[in-house]
Amino acid sequence: MSTNTLDCRNLLCPMPVIRTQNALKELQEGDTLEVTCTDPGTLSDIPTWCRINQHQVISTNEQNNEIVFVIKK
Amino acid sequence: MTQDISPQNTSNAPKQRKAVALISGGLDSLLAAKVVQEQGIHVEGINFYTGFCVEGHTHAIRKKDKDKQKRNNSLWVAEQLGIKLHIIDISEEYKDIVLNPKHGYGANLNPCLDCKIFMVNQAQAWAWAEENGFDFIITGEVIGQRPKSQRKETMPIIARESGADDRLLRPLCAKNLIPTLPEREGWVNRDELYDFSGRSRKPQFELAKKFGFEDFAQPAGGCCFLTDANYSKKLADLWDARGERRYELDDIMLLKVGRHIRPKKNFKLIVSREEGENNFLRGYKKQFTSIHTVSHGGPLTLLDGEFDKDDIRLAAQIAARYSGGKNADQVTVQVENYKGTSFVMDVPPMTAEDVKQEWHV
Ligand code: SF4
Repeated sequence: MSTNTLDCRNLLCPMPVIRTQNALKELQEGDTLEVTCTDPGTLSDIPTWCRINQHQVISTNEQNNEIVFVIKK
Repeated sequence: MTQDISPQNTSNAPKQRKAVALISGGLDSLLAAKVVQEQGIHVEGINFYTGFCVEGHTHAIRKKDKDKQKRNNSLWVAEQLGIKLHIIDISEEYKDIVLNPKHGYGANLNPCLDCKIFMVNQAQAWAWAEENGFDFIITGEVIGQRPKSQRKETMPIIARESGADDRLLRPLCAKNLIPTLPEREGWVNRDELYDFSGRSRKPQFELAKKFGFEDFAQPAGGCCFLTDANYSKKLADLWDARGERRYELDDIMLLKVGRHIRPKKNFKLIVSREEGENNFLRGYKKQFTSIHTVSHGGPLTLLDGEFDKDDIRLAAQIAARYSGGKNADQVTVQVENYKGTSFVMDVPPMTAEDVKQEWHV
């Protein structure tokens, strides 16, 4: 199992989702991905995308205009 | 499990057919996918990102739009349908469509017909779709709904030029068109498809009600910035100023944000209108020269183009005009280039009348 990070700061919807989708494709089942975003819309989009595609959002943290998601594939 | 996807499959046990639905996030593609899904077809969605897509929270950078829905509509649609959604970034390839549309533009810089051909083609060509044994493609097109791309004569053009041919099914208006392969093969029952046509959306609303969809998106200006007159004007201005028709993804993102003021052909200012835009533009400081007011509260301004010292001074005066010091004699501004080197200067703010109307792009 590996832990990976993805920087989606300053990207507007739906780029953070696309980048997350593409990054997860490269990972193995059980790996985690930490995604950092600044678009407030990701608060709804990333969890929705994960639900649709059966990935798990382990945590969501919002601080200083940045949102950090930890996603488990 | 291996699946026989050949259209000639005549075994007695019918295979579950698979369709890719082009999901825009609007009502029509939602309904089209649902109609086919109801017939027992396995549906998955594709949404193409062109760079010009309007999404709720593209606006949500701004406070005044904070209450608007911030969801991505194509994701919402997929969730309503319970289908997977694959979002594909086609912004690079899409440039050629915007810059050189073979079939021309619509009312603004929207190359709808070429766009549709391209998107269906992408869906068709998308290696994944074929690898995974998808049998046909669904779109939410309705004859006569859009003056250019959705006329009866253009429907076959899209099917033919996209390469999808008769594997392209438009469930909402299929009964007005010749039967496609999925209908002829009996994968879908033509009788349960629709014959919508024209600009009225009433039949769609009725169908939505029947399926119990309520909270669907009805974007007033459509789902694409290219249909927006103001946006198209800014894009045309960009091409005009550059003397050539080209753009980068950042250019078209920035057209969505701030006030765009072009005092001279060689450069323009992008002036943030509020905190959210400030935050967004700050992310571009490593790519552009920026101006921010030091002596007074004020917006962050980016300079786009080629400019000399005098131009910077002019830009600083305009930026000062939008700061808290607009009535002061002097405003101190900090000018920083993309490498982070900066200097400070004092300028008298420009008056409202001096910022000419025609400068506003
Ligand atoms: S409105 Fe935009 S996305 Fe829709 S068909 Fe026209 S160009 Fe393409």
